[in-house]
Amino acid sequence: MGKTIAQKIFASHLRDTPTSENMVLDLDVVLCHEITTPIAILDLMEKGMDRVFDPGKIKAVIDHVTPAKDSKTAMQGKIMRDWAKRHAIVDFFDIGKNGVCHALFPEKGYIRPGYTVIMGDSHTCTHGAFGAFAAGVGTTDLEVGIYKGVCSFRSPETMKISLTGKLGTGVTAKDVILAIIKKITVNGATDRIIEFGGPLLESLSMAARMTLCNMAIEAGGTSGICPPDRVTAEFLWPFIKDEYKNLDEAVNDFKKWHSDSDAEYVESLEIDVTALPPQVTVNFKPDQVRDITEMEGTPVDQVYIGSCTNGRIEDLRDAARILKNRTIAAGVRGIVTPATPLVYQMALQEGILAIFMDAGFCVLNPTCGACLGMSSGVLAEGEVCISTTNRNFNGRMGKGGMVHLASPYSAAAAAVTGVITDPRKFL
Amino acid sequence: MKTFGGPAIFLDRDDINTDEIIPAKYLTEISKMALKPHLLEDLLLAGKPFDNQSEAMQKAQVVIARANFGCGSSREHAVWAFEVNGINVVVAQSFARIFRQNMFNCGILAIELAQEEIAALFAMTGRITVRVDISEGMLRAASDDPRQAELRFSFSLNLFDRDLVSAGGWLEFADKKY
Ligand code: SF4
Repeated sequence: MGKTIAQKIFASHLRDTPTSENMVLDLDVVLCHEITTPIAILDLMEKGMDRVFDPGKIKAVIDHVTPAKDSKTAMQGKIMRDWAKRHAIVDFFDIGKNGVCHALFPEKGYIRPGYTVIMGDSHTCTHGAFGAFAAGVGTTDLEVGIYKGVCSFRSPETMKISLTGKLGTGVTAKDVILAIIKKITVNGATDRIIEFGGPLLESLSMAARMTLCNMAIEAGGTSGICPPDRVTAEFLWPFIKDEYKNLDEAVNDFKKWHSDSDAEYVESLEIDVTALPPQVTVNFKPDQVRDITEMEGTPVDQVYIGSCTNGRIEDLRDAARILKNRTIAAGVRGIVTPATPLVYQMALQEGILAIFMDAGFCVLNPTCGACLGMSSGVLAEGEVCISTTNRNFNGRMGKGGMVHLASPYSAAAAAVTGVITDPRKFL
Repeated sequence: MKTFGGPAIFLDRDDINTDEIIPAKYLTEISKMALKPHLLEDLLLAGKPFDNQSEAMQKAQVVIARANFGCGSSREHAVWAFEVNGINVVVAQSFARIFRQNMFNCGILAIELAQEEIAALFAMTGRITVRVDISEGMLRAASDDPRQAELRFSFSLNLFDRDLVSAGGWLEFADKKY
């Protein structure tokens, strides 16, 4: 019987099998941010376990609320800074160099095919786009990861989603993943890994693959995962060029992290995206998704473009295509947050930030910001935001607010008209 | 071995997420106790805000809910918010993976029962007290209504999860073993 990508990664990192159902894995990277890590650090200190298993394998960032908004968030940052210094964690990203974790760490080349990755953050599944096993964990798992370099998981069951057909104009990976979550529901991948595949996937950029994997958790998935291929190798090339003679060699080597042809899946789905229109959520669950054509005319107060789902340069370029030579509708607030300093700089150089600003957007520094309703764009009771983020939970962006999840195209189109609008009209 | 159970509160909904259990704005707290008044603050039941200050909620030590409990964010704060409010068992038809793991990692219980068993619990009359015996894998739900018979359901715990509860949590377990 063949193995899936996840089974191959599990087998190659197996430290222990405490029961036949559970596997303790050695970790290649432990990622940390300032919301869930400080409390882990304090607990380890209190228990006399303030050590790190390998400072080179720990990558840390202050990203959720940055710059600090109050004394409490300032303290969270301080605990991180002191800890990084104390343990000589070199890959630590603070003001000026920081950005949204799941965009920043891949950009630095930290995530490689076949790696095991954890973070105290549910959207860690994003990194599966590189053919890694990457899962979000709670604070206790994070503590053990930091201290011992291991994490326990149940044996991975994989569901395969093959993507076929061709994306229409104005339709993106965001629309595809929203359609998938609608189909399989918020519970459809619980305790499973979603392996993406199919001819369409091969043509998608790393940015698009990250968008797909990012929202695997919204279907309950332990992780998303994409087979690493030439697109992956090209993205990683600056970081791996000393390890391989040429790109072809890397592409070939990556094949060891592909599922075997006779691998067993708990479920297999094929999704043809050819006729898929742009998608948007309604209400408070990410599987409550509609074709945008059914939602047109819904007024919005705020438009948010950013986050680990859609804050990369590709996303900003999409939005700018619509915003160019247009302005935000009266009474609508537009906020854009390039996900990382590199994205910010590229957007600056390409004239994209100028397009946003001419349209009337506020350009924020790289941060999670409004995505989780902690800072930089919190909604008032009764307000509506169309957002390129990944969660529309009640209260997510501020108590009593409503969030409609959509692609950067759809968010930009709503900014221009002031109501939810099919972006294809502008393309 | 620690005993689990107490007065139960029923949250009649699927897909209760961790943002509803403890909103992100409280994630700046560094002490677990600070989370106490905010448990389930943003929960909507049948579209209406849940009263997290009711007497039943104050007394509860067991939460009973429907499917996919604890979905969404990885915040262990959701588990701590229950813990500091004296809740040591959550019973549901199913759990989101990270929430379930966080519960056992903290040494408290996430118990899964079949859909019809959960339905039977929700159909009980009177005030319900739940007792859980993890060594025999048995959950008992008793009512103060004399006409309501006690219900008993057996459940299975993953052996590893049971070891974590016995060890007092994953950090303690891992510290000894790895
Ligand atoms: S951008 Fe939003 S979803 Fe992504 S890591 Fe930040 S808070 Fe979480």
